[in-house]
Amino acid sequence: MALHATHRDAGRVTVVDFSGRITLGEGSALLRKTIRDLLEDDRRLFLLNLGDVDYIDSSGIGELVSAFTAVRNRDGEMKLLNLTKKVRDLLQITKLFTVFEVFSDEGAALSSYR
Amino acid sequence: MAPETKHLEVTLETQVESVNLAEEMCLRVAEAAGFGEDDCYRIGMSVREGVINAFHYGNQEKPEKKIYLAVELSPDKMTIHVLDEGKGFNLADVPDPLAEENLLSTSGRGIFLMRAFMDEFAVVTGSTGGAEIVMSKKLPVPGGNPANGQSNTANNPHQEA
Repeated sequence: MALHATHRDAGRVTVVDFSGRITLGEGSALLRKTIRDLLEDDRRLFLLNLGDVDYIDSSGIGELVSAFTAVRNRDGEMKLLNLTKKVRDLLQITKLFTVFEVFSDEGAALSSYR
Repeated sequence: MAPETKHLEVTLETQVESVNLAEEMCLRVAEAAGFGEDDCYRIGMSVREGVINAFHYGNQEKPEKKIYLAVELSPDKMTIHVLDEGKGFNLADVPDPLAEENLLSTSGRGIFLMRAFMDEFAVVTGSTGGAEIVMSKKLPVPGGNPANGQSNTANNPHQEA
């Protein structure tokens, strides 16, 4: 299933709702372009809702890390929301749970930004 | 009569679409062999990572090079071979993606995932001179846990923020 992305404003935070697979090729490219375009639009606070993302491969993981670094390098924050079990397990075994802030409640996530 | 080992081979182009094709092909074999959903996911992911490795690192995305995928189904395990036409590599030279200094690396997790998800994993020099990834998973025991074991990571819950 191809990756789809839409974004919405929640106060200062841009929530990006993804659905589909973040894998080598179009999925990873769309994630990269989405975050890059929003950064160019002077947005700095991001909450990536991955509730409908059921599959990520190493390329997708790399793209998430790349997005995280790009946002941080512009003094922004990027956090994750609603991980599916497969994605959660993947972030655990790759130790990226120690890097990303992960939430299961959007309200709690939105109130966590500096 | 000796138990039969089934063998399937396919030559793939060095292109992104080959990753999905290889995954789908191996998933069909795994499902037919009786693997449960969790194991099919792990096998599919490992095949993806093996072919991504061949596509990107081995063949360096050069379209004139090929990727050779082979699947063997013996009575006790499913074995997958992914061979590229690159220069080969030494597993010992692959950085540990879990090391603190590599956590924010944007690449280098494929080998780690294949090792984590399969029962056996090795890299040898293949007939092309390139790297040949050989990985296998034991077939489920008939009448065993239909889930084929839950992910070992499920035993390591993480406290969310």
